[in-house]
Amino acid sequence: MAPIKVHGIPLSMPTQRVLATLYEKELEFELVPVDMKAGEHKKVPFLSLNPFGLTPAFEDGDLKLIESRAITKYIAHQYANKGTDLACGDTKQKAIIGVAMEVEAHQFDPPASKLTWELALKPVFGLVTDKAVVEENEAKLAKVLDIYESRLAHSKYLTCDCFTLADLHHLPAVQYLLGTEAKKLFDSRPHVSAWIADITSRPAWRKVHALQKEY
Amino acid sequence: MAVRKVYGSLNSPATLKVLACLFEHDLDFEFVPVNLNAGEHKKKPFLSMNPFGQVPVYEDGGIKQFESRAIIRCMGFEYGKKGEELIYWDARKQAIVANWIDVEGHQFEPPALKLIFEMVIKPKNGLAPDHGVVAEAEAELGSVLDVYEARLAKSKYLGSDRYTIADVLHLPNLQSLLGTKAKKLIESRPRVRAWCSEILARPAWGKVLEMKRDKAQA
Repeated sequence: MAPIKVHGIPLSMPTQRVLATLYEKELEFELVPVDMKAGEHKKVPFLSLNPFGLTPAFEDGDLKLIESRAITKYIAHQYANKGTDLACGDTKQKAIIGVAMEVEAHQFDPPASKLTWELALKPVFGLVTDKAVVEENEAKLAKVLDIYESRLAHSKYLTCDCFTLADLHHLPAVQYLLGTEAKKLFDSRPHVSAWIADITSRPAWRKVHALQKEY
Repeated sequence: MAVRKVYGSLNSPATLKVLACLFEHDLDFEFVPVNLNAGEHKKKPFLSMNPFGQVPVYEDGGIKQFESRAIIRCMGFEYGKKGEELIYWDARKQAIVANWIDVEGHQFEPPALKLIFEMVIKPKNGLAPDHGVVAEAEAELGSVLDVYEARLAKSKYLGSDRYTIADVLHLPNLQSLLGTKAKKLIESRPRVRAWCSEILARPAWGKVLEMKRDKAQA
């Protein structure tokens, strides 16, 4: 029985973020399904793993964690010597990666998640897309991507010429948006486009994407 | 010339979080005010420091950072006072701190900021609060504080039995909320109330409040 367990589903973007990190690190783990349709995540016993009723919840032996980006940072730190090096570099480099990770969480993810919900997920659940929300968040995401475009003119990845956790954190939303009209926001920005093509073709990410498609 | 500079505003919770951490670590710094009312943060040259147009920006030894949580994490690892670090070097212990840092950012701060906007900022600008928004945000924050109440039954502070970054990040918004009717959300939960009183009484936070008072009197 694997000591590492992820409680979640392969459709959930935060769960995907954690799975991608585990695959990059070549770690054994068990994905424990959560029946979100039945509201399992809003009831005990799931609530004892994540009292906010959100997926994923994570266990490594007796360590229990929530919040996907705290989990991925833990995996990258605890298993630094295994698999892909997701940390990369000296103190100055780590400072830059730290900024890029907060930018993903607080600047990129809010509009990207809203667009993913409206354009990719609502149709699957038979709900109607809100065009005003789409327009508003496409404009917000466009501004963020303009900054990324300038940044990626100077380096292959967001923080340097190595793939780090800062790039990985973007994968779930980026993959969903590639299947929607919002793809145009990437296509019109050549450096962003090239970066996306690169990070979404990583073998570890392809495994996560396969799980999502099979679900 | 100062080794460390903070470009920010004493009205910005994110700026105040960074200042609190600088005082916790006994670090010298120069505070460079950015005039938010005049939109200074949305123009050059500020945008060349933070293209997202937000305060604070922090400079230390030539390295510039923005996003308060990135600044504070790095500061914690760089300058932690032995035995009183606001972070842990141990991956498993730090993971729990990181867990609660993200809870502050994703669960606590959004409803807290909505309440502060409705109940503090709007009235200051002669606008009436939206009672629907207030009710919804109070319910949301109440649910979050229920989780905190349960957590604080098992742990002296949020991230561990020691004061850490996870607690510091709450200071500015807790201070603001205590000046509004929403303080009932804190006062009705005994462990949250005790934790809140304790962390707001820390000398480093007192120094931040002194900076605000000095500015108000200037």
